[in-house]
Amino acid sequence: MKRKALKAAFPYTIPIFTGFWFLGLAYGIYMNASGFSFLYPMIMSLLIFGGSLEFVAVEMLLSPFAPVQVFIMALLIQARHLFYGISMLDRFRGMGWKKFYLIFGMCDETFSINYTADIPDHVDKGWFMFFVTLLNQFYWVFAATIGGLIGSLLKFDTSGISFVMTAMFVVIFLEQWLKEKNHISSLIGLAASTVCLICFGPDSFMIPTMVTIIAILTLSKKKFEKMEV
Amino acid sequence: MTLSQQIITIALCIAGTMLTRFLPFAVFNENRKTPAFVQYIGKFLPSAVFGMLVVYCLKDVSILQGNHALPEFISVFLTAALHLWKRQMLLSIAGGTICYMLLIHFVF
Repeated sequence: MKRKALKAAFPYTIPIFTGFWFLGLAYGIYMNASGFSFLYPMIMSLLIFGGSLEFVAVEMLLSPFAPVQVFIMALLIQARHLFYGISMLDRFRGMGWKKFYLIFGMCDETFSINYTADIPDHVDKGWFMFFVTLLNQFYWVFAATIGGLIGSLLKFDTSGISFVMTAMFVVIFLEQWLKEKNHISSLIGLAASTVCLICFGPDSFMIPTMVTIIAILTLSKKKFEKMEV
Repeated sequence: MTLSQQIITIALCIAGTMLTRFLPFAVFNENRKTPAFVQYIGKFLPSAVFGMLVVYCLKDVSILQGNHALPEFISVFLTAALHLWKRQMLLSIAGGTICYMLLIHFVF
């Protein structure tokens, strides 16, 4: 059962393998260049497991101690995970001990795969999602640790490879688009984030975007409720 | 920063992250029925989230300056076109990424 699930899960994680390998390496190198031992990227990638906050955390570690500010920053950067949890409430039901790890390791990429993947009927859904989560986290922690260990020795031009993450989210968006019966929510997501990006700028548009999406969905509940997703 | 201040800083990052990941499951636990409103939001949210993540990936791209985000737009378009044509996830992602790397190395 486990082997079947691993075999089904692995192909879905290949783009993430590529993306995490380079981003994780870059993160480890960045920490190494900032004067931290490899233990820092290793522990942070393992326990925070959220790329954007980990990068910001490097700067916070180099700045004067400001615990309240750090905690607020962490909540603001990671707030989008609330949406993943709300979307996964039913799917993680009855997963037993696996549920804890599925929630712990639910980064953007893992959520997107676990939500959209067509899991074959003969594959156990719990183990499939477990292996997607585990493989993705393994790639990230491994790459970050290697980057922290030998970062100073590496010199390569990888500019552009991180586009693999953008391409993956474009494909996931399209997959969802092709599956859904009406596109109203997809269009709300695109429009709300684009408008908020223009109004609030790249560093602070996510919270306004999330508020806007929730507000539109709430106000249109009567109309949308009758539609099929 | 002292070592203990560093540990507190990292611990707060972990706590903030895990709070956002675990909170929905803690509030709407398995033993209680999820309220209808939350079920409704949970049903419509994912599509909006995927749209949001695409924009999030492209947030630092500048349309008004430099190469006017042409490499990004061309590569996103190619990724989407490949996907609509063959619907092979890995092919679309690899094609888009290689296109982007070639564009920024040789064209722009």
